[in-house]
Amino acid sequence: MTMLTAESLALIDQECAKYPAEQRQSAVMAALRIAQTEKGWLAKDTIAYVADYLGMPAIAAYEVATFYNMYELAPVGRHKVTLCTNLPCQLQGADRIGAHLQNKLGIGFGETTPDGRYTLKEGECMGACGHGPLCLHNNHQMHAHLTPESVDKLLDELK
Amino acid sequence: MSLNTPDTQVCLWTLGYDNPASLATYTANGGYEALKKILAEKTPAEAIIEQVKISALRGRGGAGFPTGLKWSFMPRTFPGDKYVVCNTDEGEPGTFKDRDIVRFNPHQLIEGMLIAGYTLGAKAGYNYIHGEIFEQYQSWEVALNEARAAGLLGKDILGSGWDFDLHAHHGYGAYICGEETALLESIEGKKGQPRFKPPFPASYGLYGKPTTINNTETLASIPWILRHGGQAFLELGKPNNGGAKIFSISGHVNKPGNYEIPLGTPFPDLLEMAGGVRNGHKLKAVIPGGSSAPVLPAEVMMGLTLDFDAIAKAGSMLGSGAVIVMDETVCMVKALERLSYFYFEESCGQCTPCREGTGWLYRIIQRIEHGQGRPADLDELLRIGNNIGGRTICALGDAAVGPVASFVKHFRKEFEYHIENKRCMVNH
Amino acid sequence: MPLIEIDGQQVEVAPGSTVMDAAHQAGITIPHFCYHKKLSIAASCRMCLVEVEKAPKPLPACATPVTDGMKVKTHSPKAIDAQKGVMEFLLINHPLDCPICDQGGECQLQDVAVGYGGSASRYDEAKRVVKDKDLGPLIATDMTRCIHCSRCVRFGQEVAGLMELGMTHRGEHTEVMPFLEAQVTHELSGNVIELCPVGALTSKPFRYLARSWELSRRKAVSPHDGLGANVQVHVKDGRVYRVVPQNNEAVNECWIADRDRYSYEALNSAERLTRPMMKRDGVWAEASWQDALERVAAGLAAVRQQHGPAAIGGLASPHQTVEELYLFTKVLRGLGTESIDHRLAQAGAAVGNGARWLGLAIEDLEALDRILLIGATLRSEQPLAAHRLREAVKAGGQLNVLHAADDNLLCKVAGKIITRADAWGDALVRIAAAMKDAGAAVQTDTAGVNADDAARTIAASLLGGERRAVLLGALAQNHPQADRIHALAQAIAQACGAKLGFLSVAANSVGAQLAGALPGPDGLAAAAMLAAPRKAYVLLGVEPELDAYAAAAARAALKAAEFRVALTAFKSATLDDCDVLLPIAAFAETAGALVNMEGRLQTFHAAVPPQGEARPAWKVLRVLGNLLSINGFDYDSVESVRADALPEGQAHIAQHLDNATGAAGTSASPAVDGLIRLGETPMHQLDPLTRRAPALQATGAAPEAAACGALLARLGLEAGISVRVSQGEASAVMTLRQDDRLADGVLRVPAAHPATAALGGRFGPITVERV
Repeated sequence: MTMLTAESLALIDQECAKYPAEQRQSAVMAALRIAQTEKGWLAKDTIAYVADYLGMPAIAAYEVATFYNMYELAPVGRHKVTLCTNLPCQLQGADRIGAHLQNKLGIGFGETTPDGRYTLKEGECMGACGHGPLCLHNNHQMHAHLTPESVDKLLDELK
Repeated sequence: MSLNTPDTQVCLWTLGYDNPASLATYTANGGYEALKKILAEKTPAEAIIEQVKISALRGRGGAGFPTGLKWSFMPRTFPGDKYVVCNTDEGEPGTFKDRDIVRFNPHQLIEGMLIAGYTLGAKAGYNYIHGEIFEQYQSWEVALNEARAAGLLGKDILGSGWDFDLHAHHGYGAYICGEETALLESIEGKKGQPRFKPPFPASYGLYGKPTTINNTETLASIPWILRHGGQAFLELGKPNNGGAKIFSISGHVNKPGNYEIPLGTPFPDLLEMAGGVRNGHKLKAVIPGGSSAPVLPAEVMMGLTLDFDAIAKAGSMLGSGAVIVMDETVCMVKALERLSYFYFEESCGQCTPCREGTGWLYRIIQRIEHGQGRPADLDELLRIGNNIGGRTICALGDAAVGPVASFVKHFRKEFEYHIENKRCMVNH
Repeated sequence: MPLIEIDGQQVEVAPGSTVMDAAHQAGITIPHFCYHKKLSIAASCRMCLVEVEKAPKPLPACATPVTDGMKVKTHSPKAIDAQKGVMEFLLINHPLDCPICDQGGECQLQDVAVGYGGSASRYDEAKRVVKDKDLGPLIATDMTRCIHCSRCVRFGQEVAGLMELGMTHRGEHTEVMPFLEAQVTHELSGNVIELCPVGALTSKPFRYLARSWELSRRKAVSPHDGLGANVQVHVKDGRVYRVVPQNNEAVNECWIADRDRYSYEALNSAERLTRPMMKRDGVWAEASWQDALERVAAGLAAVRQQHGPAAIGGLASPHQTVEELYLFTKVLRGLGTESIDHRLAQAGAAVGNGARWLGLAIEDLEALDRILLIGATLRSEQPLAAHRLREAVKAGGQLNVLHAADDNLLCKVAGKIITRADAWGDALVRIAAAMKDAGAAVQTDTAGVNADDAARTIAASLLGGERRAVLLGALAQNHPQADRIHALAQAIAQACGAKLGFLSVAANSVGAQLAGALPGPDGLAAAAMLAAPRKAYVLLGVEPELDAYAAAAARAALKAAEFRVALTAFKSATLDDCDVLLPIAAFAETAGALVNMEGRLQTFHAAVPPQGEARPAWKVLRVLGNLLSINGFDYDSVESVRADALPEGQAHIAQHLDNATGAAGTSASPAVDGLIRLGETPMHQLDPLTRRAPALQATGAAPEAAACGALLARLGLEAGISVRVSQGEASAVMTLRQDDRLADGVLRVPAAHPATAALGGRFGPITVERV
């Protein structure tokens, strides 16, 4: 039984190839990311499948999935917007953007809109402070220099 | 500041060109020549390390450890595999320089890692890239493929008979992986929890093999040093503080961004380059080396030069060169609340003082910020800080304490006002 | 050797030692939680911070290597300040309710807090609450008490070899948990209870029954597998409340298996036989000891008179003590029979010149670098010896396996032949042939046999290395071709200079042999005694259908006899055909001795009195011997019995251990047509005690029949359906499971279980059909 698509498995195999043959566990972070990209979030079955694919204990993969905070262990909206609220971004106006996002979407941080379209999250430093306020869309795309207007435009584009 | 040129700038000079990240831009300006020379002449490792030592290059990730010395710790005669690891897990609030190196000058980093791999006898290298900059993880893979296609990576590099490969490992949201041994654990597919030291990575690193870990900017400086000589690099900066360094300036300035300037540049010059304090406000405080560095009041900061030794003397640290500027509108209690939340949230949970202490610190500061402070709280914060600092496996414990102790030390009146009046002194 | 100063004492320590090691050596206690001598260093609790001269910060004693001339202060103001600081952090989120915690009184955190904790907490914020986890029937959790020392997690990774617990999440939210609820199944899992320094992981069956200071502690020896784990029996008011490990580095280290830990529950089972019982007109009735023993003496005398002494057979359990088994044989031999045996599960191995044993010290298992394991379902047969062998593999040793199932041994396996049991002999010949091909002198006929790759891999492995052993497990010992397998194993061992050893199935397998519980000249072995029924049976501690090689035959034999008496601690459906049941003392209720697989004599005293009118079996046998007018039953103590059984104690044992076989045994016996059964004793069905321990029983599901997918496909059967498995007339209905680790042609159907007690031989032909 395969739980991930052939494309996802091919990507995982590419990641495994980076490490010594007896170190497949090294690819677990990438494999969980790839699985999450496909599934939207990481159900326990998915984590167990990834662990088995890499030949590691399921609980060890679960440790990884719960340790790094970009993995989602419960369903999220189609579009996850993670706003950095750390100090440099805060100084550059992240609080205002956060309030705007919450008002606009009618949800708080850590919540999902009833239509399942957006999830709003608060993030830690993304390593691009000079461009703040900034957010990540679905973990992988950064939007910088946010203003209420650019936020509105972004939200509109995320169908 | 002068124009971006490969002579006066070490890492970000490609910004002066179209397609800054391309192999063509890099090679057209002397890129990979240092590597070619080393491979052609079979330069002994000792000679390379000697140049790095002369350059007085100090680790750009925050600790400022002399790079040449670190390289000399690698066991030469070790018979098994060895590794070189680049730390691009840049998550220290205020720091965003390594992202720009990967983004705008990846080949210099690749060349730096190749030279490190050659010098240290490594069989492979990994670049650990911060989780939130997936786009740089992808762009780095593009650069690696470009290098591979040009025969610069893989088997028999440039016909020299030497094999070496580089890969990217992508983080996924854990500040602690910027700590070098947590980073190694993470590459091994585990939770990023720091290892106790000794043993140090040079003897027991990735997969238990000797490993050298350097910051992105450090490794990217290596080709420059070997091309121009260690002495030239040293002369860019000042004694014991060799080179130019990227300063990431953020917060209340008009032009936040990265400025690659010689070590020893006076802080007011950097502030001026960044367009000065925004909206003509008055400077209140500066965190000079990333969020873990103790905060310094404006009057102290304005008299400092930006180098490891001067800032250390003033009671803070140059760290990663991340300069967070705060103007007079900032409530220091609120600022500290956010920083202490960060360390609480990012503590890996492994060792007791940090796991338990960071939450305790945060909760007290949160109470003060929300008008529920008590007169004994400030001394209690310092007491708790003393029980964390110096007693943890890694430096995150100290990093969590640094801001607390320095904010209370320099801005105690503001905290006391919060406690007594249950509101902010700055923003009523 | 580095010389260091610790608290003013000069200590010379071995190179590579830590400050913690040096402190132990100097008799100095440094408080600690995450440090454990048997686990890797975590250095995470920070409780052992000490002052080291010239170090700017306090250093963890557990992780700091000593260097020559180092000066350490473990109790200086700087060290104490650091230790107190850590203690405060450990306590801020720990419930301060020791009086209601099950760990109270035996809690390391509580003990250390007395020395290093404050009198009141300065922590005034909200305290952490952590949801409890379901770890199954053995381990109770109170996760809010967890101090994140990670010992339980490291135990799984490093000792058990199976990571069932992890520390998930991070920072203050870190939690110990299994991946799925109730998913802690490892045979050594209960050891996390002692490892846990607080009350987060405690014994579920023991929960809230007694406080530690109310319990008296008695040393004992676990009566289950052949390791003879040392235990402490904790007693209050004449009742066993729990069993915990007693450290013995040479035997069990500080670990015990779950069955060693939880089998005591059976002592208080409702199935205990507490009064003698006699059958009158087919109905059981309680009887006085006097009446019951007289009936036994009369019954046996009548059979002897009518049918001759050879019509009497004696079957005893190798879980009984040396003294009990010795007097048992003395009674039987006094009656004139030589049909005496303790090897009920064996299909008929020959009796050798001495007692079969491990062939080396248990500790030395860890030092082996080449191992061939023949017919051992290792983890369930030998939970702790398995750990020793995993250590050997971890240290670079090579483990080779011959079995019908490719079970996960939780360590790397160098070479393996996975084939049906009736092909094991031939597989060994192939290994021998491969050794010959490699130039080794093998004293067995391999003419016309071609080695295959698997055999060559194993042969090459065995011919390398320096410290080798060929070990025969329970299945090899129970096998119908046991003598052939033994002879081939001996030839292979001799050819590579390996020790030849038997993994003793029971706690007193070696002792039973030394005590003479084996058929004498013209006597019958257990399987023969049941195949050719005797007129009378004397049973000691056995449940014939569960213990025998062929369950159905055992039942039939007992039924056909004229008189049967059982000395037993339990009522048992398998003893229903008996005429008299005599209640005897069980584990912890009697003094005695057991001889473990390495030939170690271990003695113990009774910890509690026997239940009801039960009496120690040696006393019952003494009276019986006297009633039967047999000479030499004037014993006044268990020690005097032992002196007769093992005249020079340990020295006697050493002279009587011998694994050599003279059996030619290389001629192949016919293979089984069709499917062959793989009938193992499940881990928690080993003996009458484990069979009645509720928590242990709750860990296992009902027995299933298992076969590999290829076989199922050929048979047109699917996993999950109900099937009838049959051996001749005997049959049982059970669920079918697919297990691709099984060799083709094998149907794995456990023995020693009520659900399969109607079946035939453990390695006999078997059929399976849809019901």
